[in-house]
Formats: sequence, structure tokens, C-alpha cells
Amino acid sequence: MGQKVALTGNEAAAFAMRQIDPDVVAAYPITPQTEIVQHFSSFVHDGRVRTEFVTVESEHSAMSACIGSAAAGARTMTATCSQGLALMWEMLYIASAFRLPLVMPVVNRALSGPINIHCDHSDAMGARDSGWIQLYSESAQEVYDNLIQAVRIAEHAQVHLPVMVCQDGFVTSHGLENLEIEPDEAVRAFVGEYRPEYHLLDPERPITMGPLALQNAYFEARRQLAAAMHEAKPVILAVAREFEALTGRSYGFFEAYRMADAELVAVALNSTAGTLKEAVDELRRQGTRAGLLKPRVFRPFPWEEMADALTRPGIRAVAVLDRADTNSTLGGPLFNDVRAALFDAGRRPPVKNYIYGLGGRDVSFAELVSVFGDLRATARDGGTDTPVTYLGVQPRRSGELAAAGTRRR
Amino acid sequence: MKRKLNGPADRPGTAGPAVVGWQEMPRGCVILNPGNALEYQTGDWRSFRPVWDENLCIHCLRCWIFCPDDSIVVRDGTMVGIDYDHCKGCGICARECPPKVGAIEMQKESGA
Ligand code: SF4
Ligand code: SF4
Repeated sequence: MGQKVALTGNEAAAFAMRQIDPDVVAAYPITPQTEIVQHFSSFVHDGRVRTEFVTVESEHSAMSACIGSAAAGARTMTATCSQGLALMWEMLYIASAFRLPLVMPVVNRALSGPINIHCDHSDAMGARDSGWIQLYSESAQEVYDNLIQAVRIAEHAQVHLPVMVCQDGFVTSHGLENLEIEPDEAVRAFVGEYRPEYHLLDPERPITMGPLALQNAYFEARRQLAAAMHEAKPVILAVAREFEALTGRSYGFFEAYRMADAELVAVALNSTAGTLKEAVDELRRQGTRAGLLKPRVFRPFPWEEMADALTRPGIRAVAVLDRADTNSTLGGPLFNDVRAALFDAGRRPPVKNYIYGLGGRDVSFAELVSVFGDLRATARDGGTDTPVTYLGVQPRRSGELAAAGTRRR
Repeated sequence: MKRKLNGPADRPGTAGPAVVGWQEMPRGCVILNPGNALEYQTGDWRSFRPVWDENLCIHCLRCWIFCPDDSIVVRDGTMVGIDYDHCKGCGICARECPPKVGAIEMQKESGA
């Protein structure tokens, strides 16, 4: 059914958006997301989509325009990253509170400062509590597949929440990969028509969106949003099953790679999971039972399923890799959620955190293999006296250089 | 006139106990009941209440002119009372009533 093509992660996102053919796209370009908007605007220019493309002066306006559009009942998309996502921040909360099913590719890039344009996850992690569903993608294939599924998840009557589909800036967004795409008609049939129950442009049923909700109503609205996140879990799995029936490609809350008999397990998001698979294979060749758990869904956090997967009796130690820091002194956001998920488990393995790759710092195969070496020692000694390690950060180069630096001043 | 209230349409913008259970609230705190501002009794805010003495009133309608909330009820050119559902207790009417007349006195609301 599917056809093999070579696309970058950004092209895959734009390609999926063309097939989804949303009613409205309001977007602002920002490196490394720019190509998504650029390719999509070509589709608009060439008449290959029916989309109303709204050019705006900032990401705050992009998200505001998207909120207005979705409130009016239109299927709406945008795309951003890094500072752009940060600038959208206050509007992200409005979109989820209005329960608008926006879909947005996010090309993960470090937040300034210092200013940097390369990959890490600090942008999306800054939005993790915003009430948006977050899907993470290892490859261009997953970007494409997640975006198509995101439309169905977002618009599901039980969910009605916005979804961001994350991929690694440059690593995935600009890397050319082979992937399988579906015919336009198949995607259009899969996403179907968007028919909101109520919207602002319905003269038969006038409504008000965004009322002031003070002490007597705000809490109920927030409680309802929390419930929608719960509801999203079975919907995400149901949509994945339907997607698999269409494409043969299977998705869940996370991918378990060589986990069945794994003793030492790494947990990581996005493209680093690809390198980790190589590391796991190499370690297996050397006789180490390594495994990988790659979360696809970070919000809602599938904590029960993750706890089940990570407390299987054979597992002796777990390393959670974070491409973002919480600056709490207790490691990254993924680490904290995974560790909290394991807290109530009767028997739980030691869990270590590795913060890596900030600002696009390359994470090497050798470094990832070394993480499993650490885990072996952790499994043997049992403890985690240093729960958080900064992997691949340059320590002081030498005493002489430091001294030379001092003299120069 | 009391109309059926619909979820947070029942004055979501006020203090006090919850107006609706979170499961019943229309999705996204949407108000499905148009024109329901009519039911919003801003008089709930009041901590002082204007009390009008009909016997002192000379029906000059200064209070009617100055009331910012259209809460002085006038019929056939005559002041007939105060709409306590909407009067917010600002006291402008009491101040504008001619000092020699003093037909409106502000009294503390019980519970305020
Ligand atoms: S107290 Fe204020 S709101 Fe109330 S009737 Fe007087 S002027 Fe109007
Ligand atoms: S201002 Fe005083 S005297 Fe004049 S109409 Fe109002 S209450 Fe009566």
C-alpha cells in the first residue's frame, strides 16, 4: 500500500500536512522548523491544498490566530520550535483550556540562552504542563505517522485537546530518510471530516468561549482538562490500532526494543533512541542483556504501563536520558516522571539520570555504550549515589590551561 | 424571569461555591446559553446598600442620572425604588442626592 520515498523530517511533516489538508494554517518560520512552513506554503501556492494560510508577525500571533480559527470550527495546524514555542506559551494554555484540537509539529531546539539553534528538548519540556498531548518521534517516518494520528487523537470527542508532534531539530528535521507514505485518499479517509459539536460561527447555536471563570468555576474546568488527558490514553491506543490496520506500522505509548529479557535498560526520547538501538545491538553481541524503552507519548504520561515495563524482575538497572534539565538539582523531566512512576512498585530497579546533548552537543555511540557500563556497576553495587550525570559535558581541560587563563586576566 | 441555567453559564465569574460539577460543565467552560448576562446579578458584589426614603424624595432624578448601573427604577418620571439585583453599592446616588433632601442612605449589608 505505502510508497517508499526519501524525505527529511521537515518534509515529512509538510507532506503529512498536505495530505491532512487542514482548513487553516497560521504559522511563523523559525529555524529549524522553517522548512515545514516553507514547503507547506508552496502547496498552498500551487493549489495542492484548500488551506487558508495566514501569515502572522510572531508565534504568539500564530497561536492566537489558530485558537480563533479552531474556535470557529476549522481544522487548524501550525508548526514551531524553541523561542517560537516559548513565545506561544501563554496561548498554549488557552488552546488546551478551550479544548481546541490543534495539531502542531514541534522541531525540538534548545531555548536561549546562550543563543543556540540546535537540538535539545528544553522547548517542548517547557510546555509539558500546558495541557497539550505530546508525541515524540525518532525518525521522519514517525513524524509522518504521528502527525496523521495526532489529528484523530486531538479531535476525538472524548479528548478534544491540542497535540504537539516533536522531532529532533536538524538531526531528524534536516536528515534525509527513507520512509513509507500512504496515498492521499487513504490519509484523507483516515482523518475524515472535522465536525465539532459546537463552534463560534454556528448561527443556530450561539455560544461563548473563554468566559471569566473565577473561584466558582475555574477549578472544575481544570479538573475536566485533567480528565481529558486520562481519556486520551485509550484513544491514543485505539487510533494506533486503526493506523496499523491501514499501514502495517504499529505504535503504542512507547517502543520496547529488545526488552523481553533485558537487564540493563535505557529510556530516551526521539532520535537518540535510534543510536541507542545500535548500542543495544552492540552490547548484545558482547553478551550484555541491554534494552531500550523509547516513550512515544510523554503527555499524558503512561506511568502505569511504564512502571510495568521497568519493574519486570529481570531488570537490574535503568538509565533515563534527558535532553533537557529541570534545574531542580534532581535531573531532567523524563527522569523525574519515570522515577515517580516506579515509586509505588514493590520491587524497583535503581534509576539513574543522564542529561546529554544540550544545545545540539553530539552524543556519541561510545558515550551511549558507556551508559550501559555505568548501569552494570550500578546493578552490581545496588545504589545510585550520584543519580544525575551530565553526559558529554567538557570538564576542566587541564590545570595548566586553567592557570594560563588566570594569568591572562 | 428565571431561566434554566446551563453549566458555567450560571455566573462562572463570581466567588463562592462551585456552580456546576466538573463532569457536567460544557467542554472547555463554553457557555451554551446565549444572553445569560441577564442572569448575572451584579448586586452580589455589594457591601453597602442604598436605602431610599420615599417620604423625603423630591423626585429630582439626580440619582437616576448618575447611577452607573441603571439601578434607579423610574416610572412615569417618578423615582420608585432601587434594583438591588444590579445595584453594586457604589454610593454615588447617596452622594448626588441633594444634601438638603438626603433621601438615600448607605447601610452596611449584613454579612459584608
Ligand atoms: S449605590 Fe450606586 S449602583 Fe446602587 S443605585 Fe446607587 S448609584 Fe446606582
Ligand atoms: S436624588 Fe434623591 S431626591 Fe432626587 S430622585 Fe433620587 S432619591 Fe429622590
